[in-house]
Amino acid sequence: MTRFRKRRKLVAVSFAEHEAEILANLLRNLVELLYDGLPPRATESSDPLAALLDSDGPTSPPEDIVLQRLLPDAYGSDDLASAEFRRFTERGLRDGKITDAKRVLSALESAGADEIALEPDEQLSWLRALNDLRLAIGTRLGIEDDNDYATWEKLPEDDPRRLTYDLYDWLGYLQSALLHNMR
Amino acid sequence: MTTAPSELDSPEVDEAIELSPPWVTIVWNDPVNLMDYVTFVFQTYFGYSKAKSEKLMMQVHEEGKSAVSNGNREAMERDVEAMHSYGLWATCEKS
Repeated sequence: MTRFRKRRKLVAVSFAEHEAEILANLLRNLVELLYDGLPPRATESSDPLAALLDSDGPTSPPEDIVLQRLLPDAYGSDDLASAEFRRFTERGLRDGKITDAKRVLSALESAGADEIALEPDEQLSWLRALNDLRLAIGTRLGIEDDNDYATWEKLPEDDPRRLTYDLYDWLGYLQSALLHNMR
Repeated sequence: MTTAPSELDSPEVDEAIELSPPWVTIVWNDPVNLMDYVTFVFQTYFGYSKAKSEKLMMQVHEEGKSAVSNGNREAMERDVEAMHSYGLWATCEKS
């Protein structure tokens, strides 16, 4: 059973061993996905200006649907402007998400069965990483509409998507509990 | 000290030199992000009050989108990038 409690500015969280392992595995998959398909960084010898300006990011959206959701276009109807935005920002966005996920991972790995005390900036990393996991799983499941939930909640026990939906639901509980203990 | 000029041409307004229209950051509804989380992001990143953040969140939820900030294009791109870092689906456009 996962428990959250507020301790002054800290939020303390503890996981059952199998829960911590499930969360860690999801995070490892997310980190791997975020490293995937990123072109090699420009070096000072290959393109000094791009290396200097950090403008060597990709210019087209990722192929994977989860990455498309995590790294969406910045302009609804201007592909050129979206490409330019992506060139300057996608690498940094991926790095930020990887950093958040790795922070949660290392806390889980070092805590074992102990309670984890989260400082305010760690709480932000946890919120964002939990959210990225929900976006990833929600996208893979095909949750596309606010009205879909009635159907998802009623999936039969033997439906192959049931386990994944339960995970998604659990991550929502974690994020919500963390948020409420931060206030 | 000086006296006011007795005669003054009225200034002409040239539409071409009016300030270019500001840009806006639009946050779009999506079925995954929790309502409380979206409110939290508006409070945390923009520094909006809880009431204003909840109002914007409800607008996203009920109307499908909301303009959450406005300013020059560079500032809006920074806001969009920040929204993406929090996992919110945002775009910028001319208002």
